[in-house]
Amino acid sequence: MFPTLKRTNQNTTIKTITMKYALLVHVNKEAVDQSKDARAAGMAYGEALRAAGIFVAGAGLESPQATTVVSVRNGKRQVHDGPYAETKEFLGGFVVIDVPNLDAALEWAARNPSAAVGFVEVRPLAGSYFAVGGK
Amino acid sequence: MSESATHDAIEAVARDLYGRLVAYIASRTGDIADAQDALSEALVAALENWPTNGVPDKPEAWLLHVARNRLIDASRREQTRRDAEPLLQQLAEEAESSAKEDEFFPDERLKLLFVCAHPAMDVAARTPLMLQVVLGIDAAKIASAFLVSPIAMSQRLVRAKTKIRDAGIPFRVPDPPELSERLSFVLDAIYSAYTTGWDSLPDAASTHRALASEAIVLGRVLVQLMPAEPETLGLLALMLHCEARREARFSSTGEFIPLDQQDTTRWLGNLVEEAEKLLRTAAGFGQTGHYQLEAAIQSIHAARVKSGNIDWQEIALLYEGLFRFGPNIGASVGRAVALAQAGNPSAGLHALDALPQSSVVNYQPFWAARGHLLRLLNRNQEAHEAFTRAASLTDDPALREYLFKRATGGLV
Repeated sequence: MFPTLKRTNQNTTIKTITMKYALLVHVNKEAVDQSKDARAAGMAYGEALRAAGIFVAGAGLESPQATTVVSVRNGKRQVHDGPYAETKEFLGGFVVIDVPNLDAALEWAARNPSAAVGFVEVRPLAGSYFAVGGK
Repeated sequence: MSESATHDAIEAVARDLYGRLVAYIASRTGDIADAQDALSEALVAALENWPTNGVPDKPEAWLLHVARNRLIDASRREQTRRDAEPLLQQLAEEAESSAKEDEFFPDERLKLLFVCAHPAMDVAARTPLMLQVVLGIDAAKIASAFLVSPIAMSQRLVRAKTKIRDAGIPFRVPDPPELSERLSFVLDAIYSAYTTGWDSLPDAASTHRALASEAIVLGRVLVQLMPAEPETLGLLALMLHCEARREARFSSTGEFIPLDQQDTTRWLGNLVEEAEKLLRTAAGFGQTGHYQLEAAIQSIHAARVKSGNIDWQEIALLYEGLFRFGPNIGASVGRAVALAQAGNPSAGLHALDALPQSSVVNYQPFWAARGHLLRLLNRNQEAHEAFTRAASLTDDPALREYLFKRATGGLV
């Protein structure tokens, strides 16, 4: 889905541009361990995003234990196990949505089931900005 | 028209219309900084053009026309902003039609106020942003009132505007049920301008004092835009009651005078009257709120002009009402004092002692209140300690002197 110009329902002819936002879902390890229904709730949320026609991409992430870190220094590839620091909160998943503005993004972020136990970071995609201009 | 008269005319237009023009443009483009830049250029163009050609019949349409041309030029220069062009064309068409029609262009300042106080905005940026974009106050002036360097304030404002643009904060007035919470953020930001300006400095020329007047201007704008929201009326009533007493807070020799001992003939009757009228209108909506209660407390103090006394029992009840809107250490202390003044100092002291230590340890009004109540109970040694503690917690010289005097039992 690409950013689109949409007409507003007002009698003016002003067009609004939709924006893409990443909802970065940060969760708490203990909360994840305790929650049995998390998967079902996550699936339902994804369905709701699709039904609203705003879903661009998204996925849940495996635990930080499954992480491998790569960097390239002086042309040499370095591979490390795991995240840099063991933290209680970690990135548990992400969704990219296409909505008219921040208020709409915040509404969808609040509906994310993990918002009730962790928190959701709402960030505009820098790409959408260029994608609109660089036709 | 002479050059200076034209200059005055431009200044008058800018003062009256600045916020409306910024709001009108920014609510269509989403970019406050760009709107302000374009408007500044339009004002410069007016300074060049109007002395020769006269002030146009519709100065706002003239300024809008020039500003949108500047915006279109700027967007053509910047490749990355190409996407803004259709929006700006739209804006141009609207500006043209509003210039032709008799009606004034739409007032979008309310949307602008809600953007400035959006929950996604840094709390410390909300009030300065309102002052700068809605009232057009110079960033350096705002910086001095908030006791930060002009550079730091400019950076704070630039960051805030960039956030609004890049995060896509919408220019809209929220719908219920969101509205009441969002409105409270707008009210809090305006009140914060007032309290920042509510400094002890009896110096009429101070930037603090100017800020209090600007806060009242914002309060009036909001009342004009949302006349049916009782809390907006409550906030303006509260500010006007306080403003009415500004002069009476100090003696002719600069000594601090507590509210219940102020000479009521030094209060500004017209402001008190306006505040009372606003509060009555607000009460008509039958929907109480934090600012209405705060204003009602001030209203009871104001009634001393006619009755000669203060209904402390009623004040205690109003402070209790404030608890419904969340924990409020100021209201707890206010209620304790009111209980004592109503004839029950030991109940007041008991209420003070029940407050959590952590929230009062550095809270000057708590220690002043405690000193006062202990004095009423003739526990003079403890009163001395409490007043001394209070005096050490204020940065206001006149108040400090007053509190030290009370510590030594020199005043009642």
